[in-house]
Amino acid sequence: MGEIKLMKGNEALAEAMIRAGCDGYFGYPITPQSEVLEYLSREATKRTGMVVLQAESEIASINMIYGAAGCGRRVMTTSSSPGISLMQEGLSYLAGAEIPCVVANINRGGPGLGTIQPAQGDYFQTVKGGGHGDYHLITLAPSSVQEMVDFVKLGFDLAEKYRNPVMLLTDGAIGQMMEKVELFDQMPRKTKFEDWCTTGKPEGEDRRYLTSLYIKPEKMEQINLGLQAKYRKVEENEIRYETINIEDADYIFTGYGLGARICMKAMEIARAKGHKVGLIRPISLYPFPYDLYASTAGRVKGILDVELNAGQMVWDVRYAVKDKTPVEFYGRMGGIIPSPDEIIDHFEKHLLNRGTK
Amino acid sequence: MNQNTTADIQEHTVDESICSSENLVYTKPQTLTDDPMHYCPGCGHGTAHKILMEVVDELGLQSQTIGIAPVGCSVFAYHYLNVDMQEAAHGRACAVATGVKRMMPDKYVFTYQGDGDLAAIGTAETIHAANRGENFLVVFINNGIYGMTSGQMAPTTLPGMFSTTSPYGRDVETMGYPLKIADLLALLPGVAYVTRQAVHTPANVRKAKKAMKNAFEYQKKKLGLCLVEIVTNCPSNWKMEPLESNQFVNDKMIPFYQLGDIKKPEVK
Repeated sequence: MGEIKLMKGNEALAEAMIRAGCDGYFGYPITPQSEVLEYLSREATKRTGMVVLQAESEIASINMIYGAAGCGRRVMTTSSSPGISLMQEGLSYLAGAEIPCVVANINRGGPGLGTIQPAQGDYFQTVKGGGHGDYHLITLAPSSVQEMVDFVKLGFDLAEKYRNPVMLLTDGAIGQMMEKVELFDQMPRKTKFEDWCTTGKPEGEDRRYLTSLYIKPEKMEQINLGLQAKYRKVEENEIRYETINIEDADYIFTGYGLGARICMKAMEIARAKGHKVGLIRPISLYPFPYDLYASTAGRVKGILDVELNAGQMVWDVRYAVKDKTPVEFYGRMGGIIPSPDEIIDHFEKHLLNRGTK
Repeated sequence: MNQNTTADIQEHTVDESICSSENLVYTKPQTLTDDPMHYCPGCGHGTAHKILMEVVDELGLQSQTIGIAPVGCSVFAYHYLNVDMQEAAHGRACAVATGVKRMMPDKYVFTYQGDGDLAAIGTAETIHAANRGENFLVVFINNGIYGMTSGQMAPTTLPGMFSTTSPYGRDVETMGYPLKIADLLALLPGVAYVTRQAVHTPANVRKAKKAMKNAFEYQKKKLGLCLVEIVTNCPSNWKMEPLESNQFVNDKMIPFYQLGDIKKPEVK
C-alpha cells in the first residue's frame, strides 16, 4: 500500500512526476493548471534533483521537451487548451522524430481564449491530429485524481515503449478537485539511455541524430509506413477502458474523463428508476475501443454519449456501432458541467423507448 | 581556347611520392562526415561548418558535443557535422538546446542557425535562452536573405537590398530595419560572449575559428550564452558570382554589420 493523501488533481499529477523519476519539467503558467509548475518549483529539485524550468512560452516548453527527451530523459510538460494549441507543431515533430515524452492537457473551454472552466473541447485536436502530418498521440483520459497519478507512470511507460509522445487529456475539474489518492513509491531516475539518444557520440561508434526530415518522397513514405505500423501495434495492444453493468444493459451511457464520472452517477439514478443502464468509459482515447462499442451494437437499444463539448468522441462511437444502434449525444459547453439529472432527462426524452411509440 | 590539352593534364599530374604523412598540411577533421555538402558553390556555410568542427576536433570534444540543426539552408547540417545532433523545428533551436543542456550540463551544446531561423521566427526562443544565460554556443549565420526558400527578405536584409519579396529594394519605411540581433543580445547579463566574424577571406576564417574556440572555452567555464555571428554570402540568391558575392560581403554587409567582439567575458 502506497502513501495515501488528500490531493488536488494538478498537485497529484506533479507529485507523480517526481515519484516517476522524471528528469525534467518545462512549463508555462496557464489556468487551470498552474499548480503543476508551482508544486514542482517547490518540491521537485530539492527531492530528486529534477530540472524544473519556467519557459517563455508553450512553444518553447514543448521544444525544450524535444531536446531533453532526445537525450533519453523522462520529461514532461503540462498546459491547458490555448497553450496546447501552441504545442501542436512541437508534438508533430516529436511524433515524427519518435521522441517519447508525456504531455498533459488540463482542458478548459474554448474556442479562442474561451474560459478557464473545465471542458472537453480538445478531443478532436488530441486524437484526430492537431499538428500536421499523419501521426497519433497515445492518449489517456484520467477521470479521477488517482488516475492523474497512475497515468503519469503508465504514460511514461507507453511513451518509452513506443517512442511516441503520450497525451494525458483531462480537464479543469479533475485538475482542480481534491480526492484521496494512493501514491506509488519514489522511483529512481534513469541512469542508462537507449542507443538512439543524443547523449554524445559513443567512442568507436556512429554518432546519432534525431530528425523528422526526409526530403526524398520514397524515403518519407517508408518513414510514414514505419510510423503507421507502430500505430497498428499500439491499436492492437494498448486499448484501455472500464465497463460497468454492460452485461445486462438495455442502454449504455458513455463518456470519458469527467463526462464518464457524471455518467456513472446518472447510471445509478437510471438503475434506481428501473432502467437497465450500463457504462463504457474509454481510458485510452487513442487507441479507441471501437470493437468494444461494436460488440454492443444491435444488442443494446441505445447509447447516450455525454461530453463537455458539442459532440466529438460521439463520432468515434457512431463510427464503431454504425447504424446498428441509435447513438444520442448530450453535452454542455463553455465550462458548464452537465448534471446527472440533465443526462437522465435527455435519456428519457430522446433515447428511452425510442422507436417503440 | 579553354579546353585542356593532354600536355596540360600531364603537367598537373601529382607526384605520388610527396603523399606522405610528414608532408600532410591539411586534412578534413573526423568531426565532419564524408557526405558531400549540398551547399551552392561559393556559399559560406561549408567554411563555417568546417571551422566549427575543426574546433570540436582540436579540443577533443567529439563525444562530448551535441549540436542542434535549424530550418533553413543548413537544415541538413546534421548530415555533415559528425557529432550527435538534433534537428529542431524552425526557430526553436535555442529551446531545444536548452532542453539538451539542462539535462546534460557538462556536455558541450551548440546551435547552428541562419538569420531567418534565429532572428525572425525564433527571436523569442533566442532572446530568452540568452536571458537565462544558457551555457551553449549559438552559431549565427547572417547572409541577409532566406536561402532555402530561394531568396526572400530576411530580418537582416540590408536597406535597399534586393530580394524576391523586396523586389524594389528593402524599403525600411514599410519593411522595417535590419535587425542587429547580436548587438541586442549583448545587452543581456546572461550573455557572456558576442562576436561578429566573417569567412570570406582566409584571415577572417582564422579569426572566426578562434572565436568559436573561445566560445567552447567559455562554455566549459559556464559563463553564459555565447554567440558567434558569421556575416556571409549567398551567391545563388544574391544572384552573384561567388567572388562578386564576397566583394558584396566586404563592401556592403560588413560596413553595416561591423566585425569584431561586441561583448567579451573577463576571464582571469
